[in-house]
Amino acid sequence: MAFSESILSEQCLVQARGLVSSIENGCEDAAIGHLREISRINETKMFQEIGRLTRELHDTLVGFGIETDISDLAEHEIPDARERLNHVIKVTDQAAHKTLTAVEDAIPVCRELEESASKIEDQWKRFISRDLSADEFRELSREIGEHLEVSSDRYSKIKAYLNDILMAQDFQDITGQIIRRVIGLVQDVEDKLIGLIKISGSFGNDDNRLERKPAEKVLEGPQVPGKESATALKNQDEVDDLLSSLGF
Amino acid sequence: MKILIVDDFSTMRRIIKNLLRDLGFNNTSEADDGNTALPMLQSGNFDFLVTDWNMPGMEGIDLLKAVRADEKLANLPVLLVTAEAKKEQIVEAAQAGVNGYVVKPFNAATLKEKIEKIFERIEASQ
Repeated sequence: MAFSESILSEQCLVQARGLVSSIENGCEDAAIGHLREISRINETKMFQEIGRLTRELHDTLVGFGIETDISDLAEHEIPDARERLNHVIKVTDQAAHKTLTAVEDAIPVCRELEESASKIEDQWKRFISRDLSADEFRELSREIGEHLEVSSDRYSKIKAYLNDILMAQDFQDITGQIIRRVIGLVQDVEDKLIGLIKISGSFGNDDNRLERKPAEKVLEGPQVPGKESATALKNQDEVDDLLSSLGF
Repeated sequence: MKILIVDDFSTMRRIIKNLLRDLGFNNTSEADDGNTALPMLQSGNFDFLVTDWNMPGMEGIDLLKAVRADEKLANLPVLLVTAEAKKEQIVEAAQAGVNGYVVKPFNAATLKEKIEKIFERIEASQ
């Protein structure tokens, strides 16, 4: 370090020689004066060095954007990200419900058409094989007429439900953008943390790293592609195989 | 057949409810975690329990254990439908006495197959 070399300077040498000769000559006051001068030189150098380090640290912090940004991150951006992610949950929830409602409403309409068509089909087959009486044929004609009449109304209803489902997918765009922003923020936090670790001088020093304890019995939730846990099974077939090996 | 569907996400409950309806099971009720599900089970004459694992409050695995520990409910068939896919978890569920295990995301055919299998096995053992 630079300030430890100050003791080897010409100035110090002069003082040291003075100190030796003062002691040899029995001049106590002069000896004390030389000693004080030596420590003053040393302290000045040390304070200069501390000052330089402080400035360097400050410059580095500013360089990393830490000094100004990190409090902003903690105060605004992270709570903001939390709100955004909550919004993602809300938007996807709404979309799922909109879709489910449309499906729930469309299914009975389909079923109605299905039933009426299959009833007509049965009678139609009998008509083709000349199995139908004149009265039954009149009944069939009436049913066909009725079926055609409701069909166009029901098909436009189904089309409207399908359109609702289509429109409900707009969440993907919104949530995609929000999540991308949050990913950017996480990246930002990561970079700044790395900057801080580098400044603190412990980067890459394993002894100083906080030991990561493996969380015990923490549920993982859905496996993310490329991030699968080592003991995670890939699909239902593997789950079934495991269960059958356990006697299921 | 009265079925209780337990999941903390209402959308997932609706999906399961619709799939069950498609399979001909119309009598379903819903709960959002084990804590709300358990009293419903104890007082509601349910024939079948479909539950998620990861829920706030009481988790599905603890609900399963509570069901098995309850004299009246001990024989209730339980199907876990969960995103938890780790080997040790499936083993834990099996040891706790689960009747079937479906990993999310799943499809209607898988759910149908597992439910049918559970009832086949119950009928065979009776």
